[in-house]
Amino acid sequence: MSTEYPKIVIASESSSIVYFSERPCSQTSDQIAYTAKALKAKLGENLIDLVPSYHSLLVIYNPLIFDYQDIEKEIRDALKKWTLNHHYKKTKTIEIPVYYSLESGPDLQRLAKHSGLTIDEIIAIHQQTKYTVYAMGFAPGFAYLGEVDKRIAMPRLNTPRKRVPQGAVAIADRQTAIYPSPSPGGWNLIGLCPIRLFDANQQPHSPVEVGDQLSFKSIDRNEFIALGGCEKTLAGEII
Amino acid sequence: MMGLKVINPGMHSLIQDSGRIGYHKLGISTGGAFDQYSFGWANRLCLNNYTAGCVEILVGGLILESQVATQIAITGAEMPITINNHSANNWCTHTIKPGDKIAFGYANAGCRAYLAVAGGIQAPLIFNSLSTVVRENLGGLCTEGMPLKRDDILPCQSSSSSAQRSVSKKFHCRFDTDPVEVRMVTGYQYEQFSEEQINQFFSTDYVISQDSNRMGYRLEGRAIEMPSCEMLSEGISLGAVQLPADGQPIILLCDRQTIGGYPKLGSVFSKDIDKLAQMMPGRKLRFSPLSVDQAQRLLRANAE
Repeated sequence: MSTEYPKIVIASESSSIVYFSERPCSQTSDQIAYTAKALKAKLGENLIDLVPSYHSLLVIYNPLIFDYQDIEKEIRDALKKWTLNHHYKKTKTIEIPVYYSLESGPDLQRLAKHSGLTIDEIIAIHQQTKYTVYAMGFAPGFAYLGEVDKRIAMPRLNTPRKRVPQGAVAIADRQTAIYPSPSPGGWNLIGLCPIRLFDANQQPHSPVEVGDQLSFKSIDRNEFIALGGCEKTLAGEII
Repeated sequence: MMGLKVINPGMHSLIQDSGRIGYHKLGISTGGAFDQYSFGWANRLCLNNYTAGCVEILVGGLILESQVATQIAITGAEMPITINNHSANNWCTHTIKPGDKIAFGYANAGCRAYLAVAGGIQAPLIFNSLSTVVRENLGGLCTEGMPLKRDDILPCQSSSSSAQRSVSKKFHCRFDTDPVEVRMVTGYQYEQFSEEQINQFFSTDYVISQDSNRMGYRLEGRAIEMPSCEMLSEGISLGAVQLPADGQPIILLCDRQTIGGYPKLGSVFSKDIDKLAQMMPGRKLRFSPLSVDQAQRLLRANAE
């Protein structure tokens, strides 16, 4: 199917979704961030919410004030103002400490078998990439990071775990993420991060936002505990 | 603070308001009253702001004892209500004095009732809302996403108002017979589905599965054949109808995840989400298509 981008599609009677490109890339992320900001400034309270993701932006609006044609026009106006040179956003780069080990990353062994690499190689490769935060969702503060080096990509578990601990660093296909709070989950666990990724009572609620760059740095067990990591999680709590 | 004391929480009773709006970028869902129509009337009867906190009572069984003089109103599902063991009507106000016992039997039509109290329930806000989203551990009495439990106190102001108000019968929510017509605004990947898939979707009577809740309703019908496709996760609107690989639709509702990666046919018209809120697993529904033009016109006609 031939498609011209950006493409604006109806999502519901109070939302439209904008697709910026076929695949996510840094230019797309930049355009999404710019469009989101422009719409917020222009529409104020009648813009109800925005959901940025890999290559799209869901625009939720008050349908008693705007109809879908008004919104389409606003989106097109915003896009016209964006140019290739327009690096609207100074994205920040955040370094996340991770305690990679068999006791904190119970799927490392399986990943080693799957990839034919040693555990040390997997840990090294996971740290070599600078990841982009493509989306936040699934749970409050859950950031989808891409893209994982092909060599350490692995499909989700056949049966998700009933409980993945807070701070678990995980891989699913070519995505990686950190579980901000305990939850069920089917991603492969390779380590634990001691810092909090979501706090309802702190500002900012999450250290990362869509468009940010993120890298991982290996720490040892003592550093993990010193940075506030939970020792109990290591004592066989992850099955 | 004094208020309404929970003697029995019933099956599943939640504090809800109009929703947690504006935090999708953190991955936070809206939550909020599932049947916004009945919720809106309960607050209106109590002369509350339309966003005020109410109790959403699923199926029934809730028993409260008031510690204050106030007014309450109950709307939504047909649940037998008693106040001090005397049968009481819904869709109207009741003046309550300290010591009064308000008890809900089990619904005989619909499944979610809304209890509003004058001035609204005074729970602390988290992300600007007291809506309970159990899955996210957000909202409710202590902001941590807990359903009501025995001995909870729902804080509320006392009110000396005794003027009675009621909603005319023609505005009470209707409980249609199966299969209930659910209008869907076509959108998202709709154009990418084949004519055959679309025809099958609109001609199937779907059963709401047991595995359904405020996050989503899983439907069961003749499976629609789905070619495997790779899709990037994207923002999910309220009522989005997604079709995973097994070809059985899922309607994503108020406690839905904010993004997801299955193809979608569109989104259930918001007025019909109120109907879904009153349907238990086992009930049947059938979709009908609605254009965005029609949907927006209907909303405006309704608002006037």
